[in-house]
Amino acid sequence: MSETKALETMIGEEYKYGFTTDVEYEDFPKGINEDVVRLISEKKDEPEWMTEFRLKAYRRWVEMEEPSWFNATYTKPKFDKLQYYSAPKNKPKLNSLDEVDPNIRETYEKLGIPLEEQKMLAGVAVDAVFDSVSIFTTFKEKLAEAGVIFCSISEAIQEHPELVKKYMGSVVPANDNFYAALNSAVFSDGSFCYVPKDTICPMELSTYFRINNMNSGQFERTLIIAEENSHVSYLEGCTAPMYDENQLHAAVVELVAMDNAEIKYSTIQNWYSGDEDGKGGIFNFVTKRGACRGDNSKISWTQLETGSAVTLKYPSVILQGDNSVGEFYSVAVTNKRQQADTGTKMIHLGKNTKSTIISKGISAGKSDNSYRGEVKISKKADNARNYSQCDSMLIGQTCGAHTFPYIESANPTGKIEHEATTSRVGEDQIFYLQQRGLSEDDAISLIVNGFCKEVLKELPMEFAVEANKLLGIKLEGSVG
Amino acid sequence: MLEIKDLHVEVEGEGIEILKGVNLTINKGEIHAIMGPNGSGKSTLAKVVAGHPEYEVTKGDIIYNGESILELDPDERSHAGLFLAFQYPVEVPGVTNNTLLRESYNTIAASRGREELDPLEFDDYIREKLDLVEMNPDFLERSVNTGFSGGEKKRNEIFQMAVLEPALALLDETDSGLDIDALRIVADGINKLHHEDNSVVLITHYQRLLNYIVPDHVHVMIGGKVVKSGGKELALELEEKGYDWLESLATVNGEAK
Repeated sequence: MSETKALETMIGEEYKYGFTTDVEYEDFPKGINEDVVRLISEKKDEPEWMTEFRLKAYRRWVEMEEPSWFNATYTKPKFDKLQYYSAPKNKPKLNSLDEVDPNIRETYEKLGIPLEEQKMLAGVAVDAVFDSVSIFTTFKEKLAEAGVIFCSISEAIQEHPELVKKYMGSVVPANDNFYAALNSAVFSDGSFCYVPKDTICPMELSTYFRINNMNSGQFERTLIIAEENSHVSYLEGCTAPMYDENQLHAAVVELVAMDNAEIKYSTIQNWYSGDEDGKGGIFNFVTKRGACRGDNSKISWTQLETGSAVTLKYPSVILQGDNSVGEFYSVAVTNKRQQADTGTKMIHLGKNTKSTIISKGISAGKSDNSYRGEVKISKKADNARNYSQCDSMLIGQTCGAHTFPYIESANPTGKIEHEATTSRVGEDQIFYLQQRGLSEDDAISLIVNGFCKEVLKELPMEFAVEANKLLGIKLEGSVG
Repeated sequence: MLEIKDLHVEVEGEGIEILKGVNLTINKGEIHAIMGPNGSGKSTLAKVVAGHPEYEVTKGDIIYNGESILELDPDERSHAGLFLAFQYPVEVPGVTNNTLLRESYNTIAASRGREELDPLEFDDYIREKLDLVEMNPDFLERSVNTGFSGGEKKRNEIFQMAVLEPALALLDETDSGLDIDALRIVADGINKLHHEDNSVVLITHYQRLLNYIVPDHVHVMIGGKVVKSGGKELALELEEKGYDWLESLATVNGEAK
């Protein structure tokens, strides 16, 4: 189909981030056992409680079974062949950017993420994670002036153990699920952010994840805490080189929002998605969850998922505080042989809690795209409300779109609305726009852009630019 | 300006011939009306001229400004000044009229080496055009044809024509589904847009549109062919007699229609 071809050139255009960086790695044994877990903890000089946390998680993981309830098929990762820790040899315990391995620095330059602060987008602080290690965090001092802590999770374990101890595992318990347990045992690095009471974080925070090493899994851990009356917006971007072998990415992200606090978490996921025949690509199995602990708190997830061979991801919100708000805005694009099973969970516990779910799935090629969502209203959650809208768009005849909504209400005052549509980008729609002078590519781009509009407008402006490039979409109107 | 020569057309892959040798010449500055019963091939002809991929030209040619356009994609034909007002305008949810038209206008402008307009300049430009079809500015911020009434969709087509200023406009049953006031607005708009350097082809079932827009030539299509051509009085004759008296002309060559 000609429209499929056009989409391929648009979304599936040559993966630009598929290069490999030549870096010397520290030696580390393959496979996993208690000694390996201990060794990771030792490498990172961790306190005893952290080592225990890992070991406990490992013991639970060993007893767990890999899940298979989702709508995707793949060859399961060989856990005994994986390398669970991968760090560049030039140990980046850094005080200045000059100490960063020039090759790694160049990698981020190539990715369009220069680490020199003066070259960065104004108003965005970046934590750059390369394989398992945080390489560099920008604008740290400026953030510190505002009282905001933004650093790698490894550093937080050393410098702010009381915060990490208090919150890590409090939203996603170590035994939550198979991949969360594995992550809790072997997580390597990630970002940590703490926004104190009555503080508006003065800039966007961002982590850029890069998997480079062929045989390593990436297990990063992110923890964001927003105290009373605080506000933070956090962005996350991901790329990886093209390898024929699948690579595992199993992250855990935990968010905690206290009274009147707001966390906005945005993701642009563009891991390598494998080739035409489904060879290679990232397995993106992540657990992301936020807890609205305080009254009137708000957590908002926005995601643009375009990469990975297989994605299993359900960023969720536990609405504990009264009047708390949870939002999930998602665009998931699949092409070639990609499989995505993604959605959210909104768990209403507090009174007058409100959640909104807007999910847009676009399938092309021979891909499969599923929305899976759960809305649960507990007994005590009086007057809880949910609005869900799940739209699917099909391009071509060989792809699939599926919707699996689960709704459960134990409180008669709860209101749940669910709307779903499926549409196909038709020859007539493309012909209409071509007749108005647009090329076939631009026509599809415009249709897809219109379809995703409600979600794209939720992205912070700095990311809108990247989203734009990624989807090959010309964003409408004049931004700003 | 447009010369259609012995045009034979099939639906791609189905082998059913819909146009069976259409001949038609349209000169600069002229208004033509193509009339005929349902299924006579009028709409197909318009879509084929605009380059719809569903149809395959098996014989004949379409010459536009002296060159065959059969190998051109629909967007290239649009850049060359061809415009089709759709019988069933397509909805594009989430894309505003304003966005589509600015992109269309600038794409066409760029292809002709004209200057593109920035959003502010374009806003000035487009607002003038709204008056032509008596449309409210809110209309610009609505998604293309989404949730529009039948009449609004048709007016939108003429509005787009006003913005894009084509050299040759094919209006496919733009009058159908319009009440009498809307018909007058649309017809007035078309009359204002027509001048000596552009041409208009009206495809219609009804003579009533021709009370407002006076054609230079009227053609009757039956069974995939133009069976009769004449002046504006032919439309009146059709109104009076219907198409039956012309049916025999369609089978004159022994071909069933």
